Amino acid sequence: MVQSLETLTETPSQTAGPYVHIGCIPSFAGLPGVYPEDLGLSPIAEGAKGQIITITGAVIDGTGWALRDAMMESWQPDAAGLFAGQAGADPAVSGFCRFAADKDSGLFTLRTVKPGAVRHRSGAMQAPHISLWIVARGINIGLSTRIYFEDEDNSADPLLARIEQRPRVETLIAKRTGEGQYRFDIRLQGEGETVFLDI
Amino acid sequence: MSETTDQGPLIPRQRHLHPVPYDPEYKTSVPRSPKWPLLSMESTPSEETGPRFGHSLLGPLDNNLILNFSKDGSPAIGERILMHGRVLDENARPVPHTLVEIWQANAGGRYRHVKDNYLAPLDPNFGGCGRTITDAEGRYQFLTIRPGAYPWPNRANDWRPMHIHISVFGHSFGQRLITQMYFEGDPLIDRCPIAATIKARSQLDRLVAPLDMSRARPLDFLAYKFDIVLRGRRQTMFENKLEGM
Repeated sequence: MVQSLETLTETPSQTAGPYVHIGCIPSFAGLPGVYPEDLGLSPIAEGAKGQIITITGAVIDGTGWALRDAMMESWQPDAAGLFAGQAGADPAVSGFCRFAADKDSGLFTLRTVKPGAVRHRSGAMQAPHISLWIVARGINIGLSTRIYFEDEDNSADPLLARIEQRPRVETLIAKRTGEGQYRFDIRLQGEGETVFLDI
Repeated sequence: MSETTDQGPLIPRQRHLHPVPYDPEYKTSVPRSPKWPLLSMESTPSEETGPRFGHSLLGPLDNNLILNFSKDGSPAIGERILMHGRVLDENARPVPHTLVEIWQANAGGRYRHVKDNYLAPLDPNFGGCGRTITDAEGRYQFLTIRPGAYPWPNRANDWRPMHIHISVFGHSFGQRLITQMYFEGDPLIDRCPIAATIKARSQLDRLVAPLDMSRARPLDFLAYKFDIVLRGRRQTMFENKLEGM
């Protein structure tokens, strides 16, 4: 026998299920009035500094079907690369957003500021990105990924550099479709499967 | 610097303690589970920071599902229960001031959701969602009704055990967790393909809340205890200075 460790292990995940909207975004789910407004309605308030951008996309399953029930959360720094709560961070950027696929089309939209670059522990700069967490029925543990941007210099990003199969890097890069407009689809499985993170 | 801090990287997830992403018995997981391995990497500020929510967010009935959807103060129908517990991290320390959200079916096993058309009736006084923020010791509690079991389309005759969905933030986006609480003694747990996505029985048992008569209130409600452990951060003694490491 050896001494016992005084550590615990994480509680196991379970799927968020088809009714995750009731718990997380009840007004969206048709239960207005329980809370004044849904949590994380917008990651920015009026006056946020930086470029306002809109990212549109869908979460697509292995058959090519866009999920109508996915819920996502995003987390990002402000335009200067500072996270809410850090000294000097833009008070108009909470950085957190909750949004869901449209129940008819499956499309989601995230309106935010373009994030700044953030330094990695190693000292290297990470290219601007938004962290994304996806839950839905059939997803047994939330999926993490990142949204990078086609019109930024992603060449030295330490995470993207770790992807061995270089064509897969493209799955993390939002494509510019217009001024301040981007497209970012998440493919859960099959051709073009998104790189998901264990981080 | 001799003091330890918990500002190191997040402790890596032990994926084998979690449900398998792909499980043919849970049919919806088949087209929705990634096939390729996840990209593993040490956490960065993007995962180590996270949103914080203050107590000012909360309304007085947010953690009382018996009353928070009632229009005239009439209580929701069902067995009254207190759900309580602590949020801890892997270093066995409390996670204070973190948001905990729950959602559930009503006493008949019906969700107040446009996609749920089960035969059981809606309760006009029950919405099915609540939220609270842990106190300085990581404690939380909800007053609610025990949700009913319900059938769901999967195999020909699958039923969900009674359960409450729980969402917890922690202080880092990389700690984000959604899970489900089951109830001690429910025979449907062993028949549920969603519960069975967790392959180690000892891990599934961690999601089964025991009856806790020490917190039950006579002539009012029963109590169930549900503790939640989030990922921790590596305690560091040598890493406070990043340069040169």
